[in-house]
Amino acid sequence: MADKYSADTIITETQKRISNAFDVFDHESNKTVDVREIGTIIRSLGCFPSEADLHDIIAELEEEEPTGFVRYEKFLPTMTKILLERKFRPITEDLLLQAFEVLDQQKKGHLEPEELTKYLTQEGEPFTQEEMDEMLSAAVDPDKNVILYKDFVSMMTFDDTR
Amino acid sequence: RGCSRSTRVLFHEYSIKAAILIQRWYRRYVARLEMRRRYTWNIFQSIEYAGEQDQLQLSSFFSFMLDNFTHMNGNGPGNKYLISHLLDSVVDPLTEEVRQLKYEQIVVPESYCGPRLSFPLSVTDTNALLSAFKEEQTLHGKYVLQLLYETKKFLKQMPNIIYLSTSYAKEITICGDLHGRLDDLLLIFYKNGLPSAENPYIFNGDFVDRGKKSTEIIIILFAFLLLYPDHMHLNRGNHEDHIMNLRYGFTREVMQKYKTHGREMLQLLQDVFSLLPLATVIDNKVLIVHGGISDKIDLDFLSTVERHKYKYNKMLFKYVLFHMVIICLIQVVDILWSDPKNQSGCSPNSFRGGGCYFGPDVTQALLQKHGLCLLIRSHECKQEGYELCHNGQVITIFSASNYYEEGSNRGAYVKLGPELVPRFFQYQVSRSTRKLTLHQRYSTEGSALRALKEKLYGHRSDLMAAFQQYDIDNTGRISTSEWTQVVESVLRLDLPWRTLRPRLARLGADGNVEYESCFEDISPGEPIPPVTPNLAETLYRYRTDLEIIFNIIDKDHSGQISIEEFRQTWKLFSSHLGVAVNDQTIDDMARSIDFNKDGSIDFNEFLEAFRVVHKLDVKEQQQG
Repeated sequence: MADKYSADTIITETQKRISNAFDVFDHESNKTVDVREIGTIIRSLGCFPSEADLHDIIAELEEEEPTGFVRYEKFLPTMTKILLERKFRPITEDLLLQAFEVLDQQKKGHLEPEELTKYLTQEGEPFTQEEMDEMLSAAVDPDKNVILYKDFVSMMTFDDTR
Repeated sequence: RGCSRSTRVLFHEYSIKAAILIQRWYRRYVARLEMRRRYTWNIFQSIEYAGEQDQLQLSSFFSFMLDNFTHMNGNGPGNKYLISHLLDSVVDPLTEEVRQLKYEQIVVPESYCGPRLSFPLSVTDTNALLSAFKEEQTLHGKYVLQLLYETKKFLKQMPNIIYLSTSYAKEITICGDLHGRLDDLLLIFYKNGLPSAENPYIFNGDFVDRGKKSTEIIIILFAFLLLYPDHMHLNRGNHEDHIMNLRYGFTREVMQKYKTHGREMLQLLQDVFSLLPLATVIDNKVLIVHGGISDKIDLDFLSTVERHKYKYNKMLFKYVLFHMVIICLIQVVDILWSDPKNQSGCSPNSFRGGGCYFGPDVTQALLQKHGLCLLIRSHECKQEGYELCHNGQVITIFSASNYYEEGSNRGAYVKLGPELVPRFFQYQVSRSTRKLTLHQRYSTEGSALRALKEKLYGHRSDLMAAFQQYDIDNTGRISTSEWTQVVESVLRLDLPWRTLRPRLARLGADGNVEYESCFEDISPGEPIPPVTPNLAETLYRYRTDLEIIFNIIDKDHSGQISIEEFRQTWKLFSSHLGVAVNDQTIDDMARSIDFNKDGSIDFNEFLEAFRVVHKLDVKEQQQG
């Protein structure tokens, strides 16, 4: 077995991961994916880009005359660079918790669904109604009808590491 | 509150940052779930289609047997046994009148409180059937036989292609695969109304197999067919086929529900299925077939084909025909098995083992040739119950919701009025009406992975041998690349193995894959008869094929075959597979299964021995 830590091995392993993820969305098996899936692919490889970041990446990946598809030949070098440079670093459980705590101005230890909805659908890179509904379905405690964000964060990040 | 303006501004800044963070994080979380959903789908499809591909293997086995018979011509009693079993038909050919009389004379006991059909059928009969099936009652065998007999008579006069019109400003409803899911059919009728002169329906094949209520479905469909012959239409699907039914559960369902008359029903069903029309055309503009088309299809030629010849009464001959490449029957295969693809051209459908992949150019050419504007087909499960492709010229409609597992997909039907603009209606059968939460919607991954682990288990020796080739120092570990390569080459399933690896096998401390860990979760269900692990594994892997072959030998569907038949079958099959088999081992095994020592074995019991359990499931059950 080759030395696991040599630079070459790391690059090859990275590229294989990229290839695998790409293939999942390559429905025609012709080394292209729909441009609308690029965000999903990049995120599934462990990156946390913002929508604005994605916008820039996609602009780079699209053809001169946009076809609606992204080719693997273009995707591979771009994605390799992103992974090797560790761009769009993960958001840790602590950081996520802090973010919720910031929104919880009154330090109640929980957030009302309306509160969270207001922030997430009006600030930053707003959620669509569907995204908001989906998140609430997982986040809202059915008995108390509030978001116990500490529990929510630990549950979701545990899920994430499986 | 006493907040100064600068504090508020600061908070506002922070809250925007916090919102962005949460949004970034959440979108990434959803993307991971989407990835998992997508590869789960790939797993189900790969395994499903690989199973259908195995049909080819069986077919080559049959031709292998035929070759052996003709060359050796009775050399060895075993071959003669098998061949004669396959060539002889079971039910004495009766004349139509005799058969009809025979069914009329079947006595239905007073104690039977299910529907009693009278022919010709009326609305009372169909209503009675619907109520009875909602109450989980079974229709008495006499009426099933009569229904099948009448249906066969009716279908004989039908052409291969049925031409319909929407001239009375009626909308026609087209439904896709149902696969034995009675709940979906009842839900469609609930939402869309029962079939009638004002409410015509087309059911586009695959009514049976996989689901547990295939019998009820065909009873209802055939009853409505006889009641409203001008307003109810059925197309044949690739599962309206005896060999498919042996493999995918319909035969078993019939024999379990109808112990006395099941055998005769299955005979009749073979005829009925082969007589189902192949296609429907609406307003000379919309073509509806179950699978798809190919570049060889010509509707005029298809109208002349003797469609009932594509069936399995003389099963061996069907496979001979397969190998003799008869063009008209090839067109039938294409209609029932093909799938659309987005690249141009027409290529053999290697995924399914039959039919073609047809591109948008093929669709365009066929539609143009016959002055059509739309192709509606089924055959493929779609998450939303329907999907358009080929620039809107092809619609896939699939009506069995939760097909792979609870929550896997919606079902749908499509309605066409005189302006021929399709309207889609979706639904999903679920135990509760509550909207599925984020987690539930993505939970089918579990059973897909279970199915995949079973595949791994079935190829354990080959996998271990290949793993060990890479593991020269015998550490029990190999690199992820090596693991991926082995699994891909042994299982030959086109899946994202690298992405799947974390769900299938453990990593050691050094970051390499502990390859034996992918078998840890599975163990044999029952204590198996005394066989070597290798033989057990082979038997497990070919369990389904063996089941089919045994079912063919067991002409009277008694569930029993003689030890001699068992031995000869296994010898032939294993020599065809190239698996070395020790005569003594087989004898010992057969004898140990013959519990009552009467020289015959219950092969269902035998096959049960080679099921597997997933240890985590067992643990859950014990705790629950």
